[in-house]
Amino acid sequence: MRRAVSLYRTSVGKKFYMAVSGFILIFFLIAHMAGNLKMYAGPEAFNHYAEWLREVGYPLLPHKSALWVMRIVLLASVGIHMLSALQLYLQSRAARPIGYRQAQDLSFSYASRTMRWGGVIIAAFVVYHLLHFTTGQAHPDFRAGDAYRNVVLGFQNWWVVGFYTLTLIMVTFHLYHGLWSAFQTIGANHPKYNPIRRPLALVLALLLFAGFMSVPVGVQTGLLSLQSSIAEKEAGVFHGAPIHEGGE
Amino acid sequence: MEFTLHVWRQSGPAAPGRFETLSVKDISEHMSFLEMLDLVNERLIAEGKEPIAFDHDCREGICGTCGLMINGVPHGPLGLTTACQLHMRHLKGAKEIWVEPWRARAFPVIKDLVVDRSALDRIIQAGGYISVRTGSAPEANSIPVKKIDADMAMDAAICIGCGACVAACPNGSAMLFTAAKVSHLGLLPQGQPERFDRVLSMVEAHDREGFGNCTNHGACQNACPKGISVDFIARLNRDLVKAALTYKPYEITAV
Repeated sequence: MRRAVSLYRTSVGKKFYMAVSGFILIFFLIAHMAGNLKMYAGPEAFNHYAEWLREVGYPLLPHKSALWVMRIVLLASVGIHMLSALQLYLQSRAARPIGYRQAQDLSFSYASRTMRWGGVIIAAFVVYHLLHFTTGQAHPDFRAGDAYRNVVLGFQNWWVVGFYTLTLIMVTFHLYHGLWSAFQTIGANHPKYNPIRRPLALVLALLLFAGFMSVPVGVQTGLLSLQSSIAEKEAGVFHGAPIHEGGE
Repeated sequence: MEFTLHVWRQSGPAAPGRFETLSVKDISEHMSFLEMLDLVNERLIAEGKEPIAFDHDCREGICGTCGLMINGVPHGPLGLTTACQLHMRHLKGAKEIWVEPWRARAFPVIKDLVVDRSALDRIIQAGGYISVRTGSAPEANSIPVKKIDADMAMDAAICIGCGACVAACPNGSAMLFTAAKVSHLGLLPQGQPERFDRVLSMVEAHDREGFGNCTNHGACQNACPKGISVDFIARLNRDLVKAALTYKPYEITAV
């Protein structure tokens, strides 16, 4: 613990914590995106999946316990990621009190210049996103347990889709620079593997963009709609997961 | 050649600075950038004005003394070249030329374009050394060094400490410099005894001097007149994390 703290004291150590927390968040994004694609399997499958997230590990573990472990890990990762980012930003800002009159950007990619303000947009979105789809305060007609319906109704609003798209663009930039940068920071550097770090970051960033984007695009184009949900219910097909009142 | 020169003038460390605009005529394109400044200075002196102060020494691109931000690029627009080796022909067509000192809190301006880079020296003092028996040079093959390690150590040792990496870095970080110095010794057998102490001490000194931190923009590599790769920064990071988490420093316990 003492060593972990002394590592954090150095600028490189803060970046190491940022990289490791970033890797955790990337794994989360991959899983989240894969889960979102369940929308295409229909309301029953999606709602069942949403319910399953709450019941992972049951009956071995109590209800929602695995979910809360995940949430705590994610919250800690986001916290460390943001705290180190803030401290490193303040250090860097102090390092150049007087700027240049003329300065050309010699960075490898534009993406690296978007990390800080892009990160702020992403953080703001995450707060909104939780109020929108998890707790429902920011949702026009939230129904706990019917995640499919919440998503379709939520994405029928064009400005919600706009904010979502903007955030995804920032996430794409963030991952394109962030994944490569994280490899640098943890010292994953070898002549044999260096050439695949950039393409890997690009492919992952674009795959996540496409996967996440497909849901609001699906709703806006009518591919995902409540019609199918209602039709299925009327036909008695819906026998999804039990709906918990006042759920998460 | 004929152009407008905007140059940073600052009479002393505490004095407020400003840009001075000079109309410069009759400059040969075969002059080096510093020769152009020499000529401008001669003309200023003839007019009874204060010449522009700038750092220079070897004028052959190996000492690291010259360092100017020329049109927003450290050492000017020609890659892998120090300001003294930049010739006016490389600025052909430029109607305006902006010359600024390196900007960093750790590099306070002494006068005009001259900055105090002793912060880099203090990073070196913190760990940029090895403990060996001094005296006559040992027989070259007495300590075998792998070819790849020798090459990489040389690629790092080529750093001339000019500070262009700091000047170019959007974060004002000297991590490329520190990484080059850490790697150059850390790759060689002679540098192993202090390897982990070195990286800890030099990064600590780097942070203490008020440099920013690396966010892997890569601007330093593009600005470096010696083309030092950011791969060395990854190497430094690896050494530092390893040192901080696992290294047991030597402690004197006996009396």
